[in-house]
Amino acid sequence: MLSAGARRTVKAWTVMVLVFLYAPLLLVVINAFNTSRTFAFPPSGFTLHWWSDAWNSTGMWTSLGNSVVVGLGATALALVLGTMAAFAVQRYEFFGRNTVSFLVVLPITLPGIVTGIALNATFTSALGITLGLATVIVGHATFCIVIVFNNTQARLRRLGTNLEDASADLGATSWQTFRYVTFPMMRGALVAGAILAFALSFDEIVVTTFTAGPAVQTLPIWIFGNLFRPNQAPVINVVAAALTVVAIIPVWLAQRFGGDPATTRI
Amino acid sequence: MTLAAPTSLTVRRRAALAFLLVPPMAWLVVAYLGSLAVLLVSAFWTRNSFTGAVVRTFTGDNIARVVTDEVFRAVTLRTVGVALVVTVCCIVLAVPLGLYMAKVASPRMRLVLVVAVTTPLWASYLVKAYAWRMLLSPEGPLAWGTGYTPGYGLTATVITLTYLWLPYMIIPVFAAFERVPDSLIDASSDLGASDASTLRMVMAPLVFPGIVAGSIFTFSLSLGDYIAVQIVGGTTQLLGNVIYGQLVTANNQPLAAALSLIPLTAIVLYLLAMRRTGALENV
Repeated sequence: MLSAGARRTVKAWTVMVLVFLYAPLLLVVINAFNTSRTFAFPPSGFTLHWWSDAWNSTGMWTSLGNSVVVGLGATALALVLGTMAAFAVQRYEFFGRNTVSFLVVLPITLPGIVTGIALNATFTSALGITLGLATVIVGHATFCIVIVFNNTQARLRRLGTNLEDASADLGATSWQTFRYVTFPMMRGALVAGAILAFALSFDEIVVTTFTAGPAVQTLPIWIFGNLFRPNQAPVINVVAAALTVVAIIPVWLAQRFGGDPATTRI
Repeated sequence: MTLAAPTSLTVRRRAALAFLLVPPMAWLVVAYLGSLAVLLVSAFWTRNSFTGAVVRTFTGDNIARVVTDEVFRAVTLRTVGVALVVTVCCIVLAVPLGLYMAKVASPRMRLVLVVAVTTPLWASYLVKAYAWRMLLSPEGPLAWGTGYTPGYGLTATVITLTYLWLPYMIIPVFAAFERVPDSLIDASSDLGASDASTLRMVMAPLVFPGIVAGSIFTFSLSLGDYIAVQIVGGTTQLLGNVIYGQLVTANNQPLAAALSLIPLTAIVLYLLAMRRTGALENV
């Protein structure tokens, strides 16, 4: 049992770290309503004007559309590949099982710039492919596999094999067991994995920069391109505030579906 | 029939395993490891100095330049230094928090805190870096509230990277504290150990693997970052900026590839060093 003094100290520290984590996000939301064009603090007044400006920004909508296409494509690929890998690792004993897990996790362990440059070199110098949405989807799918893999694997481990064994003993084929026993029990984990994979793809900028080429802009690329333009600052602030509030959705949804947003990326 | 059944079962199981394993492994080996191999090889290519096109002839010039160039060395040292400082800051912030979450907070409070530290992880990276740009600006809230701001530069970069990667440290450290049995802590204090002794001799060895797991992320992510430093770093250049500059501005893909072997090597060395401590085996 820790002493009362030690408990108070770590509690105060916790409050301080939470302030550190949330104060910047709060500031983003406040500044989206700040009338000052330079966003001097304290805010000079409250306005909704920037929100209508942002709504009418065509660049924002085009890049948002691209981000959604990339997110859906990468999530679909990651869902299939990540689930297969998770099944193999959780339901079979084979030589090199740890290597498979390691290989799946590697793309989010190595710095994004290494992955980005490697894919860029492969697409342009080695294969001679023109960069575009398709190359971005390939890049994103590579690091989204681990998100689906982690969620599905955790669920399969928790489920155990008793029900699957019972199903097999009662004469079901492997496909029937999967279709009627395993799949219904792991649907939630798949949905959670898909949501979190989409969220990761939606926010990614480094690999995107190196695989998108100059013609294609996703939302993060568009934001970054406009970040240093003073006349675009109000619109950027609104998009930033909207994204901050929207970020709660994947965490909340994934938790509802029994996923684990806390540990899937770590 | 009875003799044939087990064999055919094994064959079918093997076929099923192959069916499950081949597509994801093909993807990761071909698209990912294949790309890393191309990266490694292209570091030894050169380019036509006139057209900028990549020429596939073998040369060690890029590697030699990366190793000997003074500017590259300075940037490498600065980047590794930033990555280490960021990692230490994350540890300092995360350890008391993890202790509170796992061993002091009520179960209900614990759940709230897990969600509270996880949500910023899923908030947009760019928005978070941009938030620090606003916070630290000369007209921003920090200067208004305290009359002081470090301004844009190396300090701002360290603060922002610490902010960005902190959840990656908190979650494994919290998980490690949660695995420390309460009975050990009670036994330690019953036997007369002070809080400091319990922390140092009972908890620290058990929490260390969690810190190592978190530090791999904070170190690796800091090494490769070049966006946050552009947003809050002023004129500060880190390795990522130099690599990006060689690829995009100077259009020298082979040199960019050679430079990106530096963070790759640093990560591998870091992983090997952490492996020697034995911490990775329990993660």
